[in-house]
Amino acid sequence: MQTVAEFKIQYRQILKPDGEAAEPLPEFARDRAEVLRMYRLMTLVRAFDAKAVNLQRTGQLGTFASCLGHEATHVGVGAAMHPGDVLAPVYREYGTQLWRGVTMTEILMYWGGDERGNDFAVPRHDFAWCVPIATQTLHAAGAAMAFKVRNEPRCALAYIGDGGTSEGAFYEALNLAGARALPVVFLVVNNGWAISVPVSAQTAASTLAQKSVAAGIPGVQIDGNDVFAVRQVVGEAVEAARRGAGPCLIEALTYRLSDHTTADDATRYRADAEVKLAWSVEPLLRLRAYVEKAGWWSAAAEQELLRDCARRVDAAVSEYLGTAKQPTDAMFDRLFASIPKHLQEQRLVARKYASKPGGH
Amino acid sequence: MVEAITMAHAWEMQHDPSVVVIGQDVGANGGVFRATVGLQERFGSARVQDTPLAEATIAGMSVGMAAQGLKPVAEIQFMGFMYPALDQIVNHMSRMRHRTRGRLSCPVVIRTPHGGGIHAPEHHSESTETMLCHIPGIRVVCPSSPARAYGLLLASIRDPDPVMFLEPVRLYRAMRQEVVDNGRALPLDACFVLREGTDVTIVTWGAMTLETLRAVAELDKEGVSAEVIDLATLSPIDADTILASVAKTGRLVIVHEAARNVGVGAEIAAIVAEHGLYDLQAPVQRVTGFDTIMPLFRLEQDYIPSVKRIVDAVQLTLID
Repeated sequence: MQTVAEFKIQYRQILKPDGEAAEPLPEFARDRAEVLRMYRLMTLVRAFDAKAVNLQRTGQLGTFASCLGHEATHVGVGAAMHPGDVLAPVYREYGTQLWRGVTMTEILMYWGGDERGNDFAVPRHDFAWCVPIATQTLHAAGAAMAFKVRNEPRCALAYIGDGGTSEGAFYEALNLAGARALPVVFLVVNNGWAISVPVSAQTAASTLAQKSVAAGIPGVQIDGNDVFAVRQVVGEAVEAARRGAGPCLIEALTYRLSDHTTADDATRYRADAEVKLAWSVEPLLRLRAYVEKAGWWSAAAEQELLRDCARRVDAAVSEYLGTAKQPTDAMFDRLFASIPKHLQEQRLVARKYASKPGGH
Repeated sequence: MVEAITMAHAWEMQHDPSVVVIGQDVGANGGVFRATVGLQERFGSARVQDTPLAEATIAGMSVGMAAQGLKPVAEIQFMGFMYPALDQIVNHMSRMRHRTRGRLSCPVVIRTPHGGGIHAPEHHSESTETMLCHIPGIRVVCPSSPARAYGLLLASIRDPDPVMFLEPVRLYRAMRQEVVDNGRALPLDACFVLREGTDVTIVTWGAMTLETLRAVAELDKEGVSAEVIDLATLSPIDADTILASVAKTGRLVIVHEAARNVGVGAEIAAIVAEHGLYDLQAPVQRVTGFDTIMPLFRLEQDYIPSVKRIVDAVQLTLID
């Protein structure tokens, strides 16, 4: 017998949980403005997330999927992508989206039950949130095919969760991307839990990164709580994709510190000790330790940042709460490019029986 | 209603060792709506299993398990996530008995939440029963009360063929009703007359029974006596009960939350046109969801047929 194939999966961490470097730092990590930009957005995302959960608890928002604990992965990906690249998100990657220009108001409108939240002012070409699990990975592969057909130096990046890697669409997307050497990056956010099901019950594989092996594409595992590792490794991957070197699968190890959504109660199925441990390695702690050690940050700067975040979140919430609901015509007006006759008739019926317009 | 569903599972698992429960989050979490709560504790993790997050997996493994002697009761977490499972349902589950001339069969129940009205996120409020009703070889059932959920779920699990069991989310916690846990099934392929009347027949199902019964109470005040039929089994349709009612009342209104185009209401209207046209004293009326995407929740109440729309449709059939 002879070995005809073998694989190994590498793990990358640049910043350790205590904020010390695990390997030589990349250039951007020496750039004070750039690092603080990431830190500020991670802090804003956390403030926004807490506010959104609170709005749901007080009946002012629908079910909300929190991103608590994912800030480094999401912001690192945002920082690594180019504006002209295409993002295919799942439904909680607010850090990436805010970096790319989506607004907090738009996020609140989506979870507040209003389609206008999907109509991003910026970036116009990104995909909307994607609730049907794993389906977005094929959209990203298709977008990458469009770039390849038109010979554009752009790439697509699809997020997917650990649970989503059990879906057939995920394997189909990996396979297509590998078979056609598409400029696409698959970013698996392994936060340990698919609602109540741990990743160990999804797969017997020891990493999700190795799912790339069967598709013939590179796969790597990173510390998803380390924004430097995320930015660096995703940066390498999107750059390779843009220059025609093909796709990549990146597994970011992080932890869902929140419930799955506000409709979930994670205390039913996971141990407090595990959550407590995850809080000790959460992403903001280590970046704050880094900027403090670099002499770039102070308690006063932190206080000012928190005040600024609160102001910006409150402004978004006010704008969201002040938005009147759409008229019933909104159900009909964008279904097709032009409205067929039977829908014109139904639109009149909807107007006749419309409930009163209102806020939240 | 959700407790009645749990109770039916437990009864049947207790009395039939071949019954197994599978789905996403059905184990420790007891299902996202808590429909399977406590079952894993009671019957063990071999008989109550969380699956990987994959609907094609759930439906396909159900086919395999059922063909080899188990009776899977599978949960698809929301109807909007059922589509990856359709390949298995259409191409295998529904055809297994037929194409093997009865050698193999698929006694599977696929349960899934149905419809809107609870401020859920996108893709969590669909009512696409028509897609399922068009598939030969499967039954489609939709209960409208805790007692019917209990009796119809027992019947569905005991049925030797596949049953799609649609559970209206608005009803999960909408009403309290004492349900006797006696293991008694209700009949499939049969309508339930919820209320007798003489002037008009209203056929509906699932959560729309709520608005329909409210509309009927208003019509009562105006001296209109409406008969309300809960379709219950959406496929195959119990035509006899509907035709007998229309023969009595001479008028038919069909109410459903799903879109109008090629909806189950169209099938009912066609049955009455074919077999009861001369009993009709007025054109059939349909009160349905619009032929558009179920809107996100700020507009969902403008999509779901209102009491007023039902009352007005009934009044239309009464114009001389």
